[in-house]
Amino acid sequence: MKAILGKKLGMTQVFEGDEVVPVTVLKAGPCVVVRKKEEEKDGYTAVQIGFGEVKERKLTKPQLGYFKKYGVDPKRYLCEIRVGREDLSSYNSGDEIRVNVFKKGELVRVSGVSKGKGFAGVMKRYGFGGGPASHGAGQWHRRPGSIGASSDPSRVFKGKKMPGRMGKDKVTVRNLKVVDVVEEDDLLLIKGAIPGKNGSIVLVKGEGS
Amino acid sequence: MSGDKPMRNEIKKVEEKFLKKDITDFSPGDTVAVHLIVKEGDRERIQVFQGVVIKRKGGGIRETFTVRKVSFGIGVERTFPLHSPLIKKIEVIKRGKVRRANLSYIRKGNR
Repeated sequence: MKAILGKKLGMTQVFEGDEVVPVTVLKAGPCVVVRKKEEEKDGYTAVQIGFGEVKERKLTKPQLGYFKKYGVDPKRYLCEIRVGREDLSSYNSGDEIRVNVFKKGELVRVSGVSKGKGFAGVMKRYGFGGGPASHGAGQWHRRPGSIGASSDPSRVFKGKKMPGRMGKDKVTVRNLKVVDVVEEDDLLLIKGAIPGKNGSIVLVKGEGS
Repeated sequence: MSGDKPMRNEIKKVEEKFLKKDITDFSPGDTVAVHLIVKEGDRERIQVFQGVVIKRKGGGIRETFTVRKVSFGIGVERTFPLHSPLIKKIEVIKRGKVRRANLSYIRKGNR
């Protein structure tokens, strides 16, 4: 398992050799293994990891009890990662996961929650063409066009692409290159853009693990 | 949004490593010679691009500058990242006296 939770700090650019490379800077880890999910007890195998500090008074008693049970400090964010049965024994509650699980040049996939766009029309949401901008177009600039036939079927098909809430979905971007790992500051530099706004929490996973 | 100070600071720390400390002081209007490292296969040589700086744009590691020269009657402009490792040296040939920061207007005069 190669996975870590991190916070998106923002984007910048660095020079890799002679070339300018756009990178997203992540404050990744240190994460801690909170608990293991086992086949016999839970029906599947996984590792739950926690990230980020949280004040004890911000948690409810049941939440505090949960962390106490596994003997780890309370964490702000929790996330489960599926692990094969044979690998499960190599993890224990309280194990630390740091950025050094990733190496320079490696490929990773990053999941996060995309920026919410609110109630968006069909051109922004689905890339529809819209109407002409001029030549006598009367208020027909960003409309969706026809949404179906007439008396047969007398209804609009399910799943028809229409305006609605856009964004704030879980998005995974695959095959992103790790440009640099700064161990002393727990920073990960990943080439390209990553879902979510600055300050949001993302999950970084090694490609093919 | 990105006004979150600690976050910005950590990004700055990342950028710092790539910033050049010894950049010649130059501004729009100056005539400069940019000494570029050109790689041909495994050979390296220095190429000089000489012209007038027409603008400097951006800040920090993203700063770029544009140099314009007239080559055989045709205007040629090149934009370089200021902190690029390919720029070996920037030599100021002549200080210019201009009253604005962006000299796009000089393009017109040369046509």
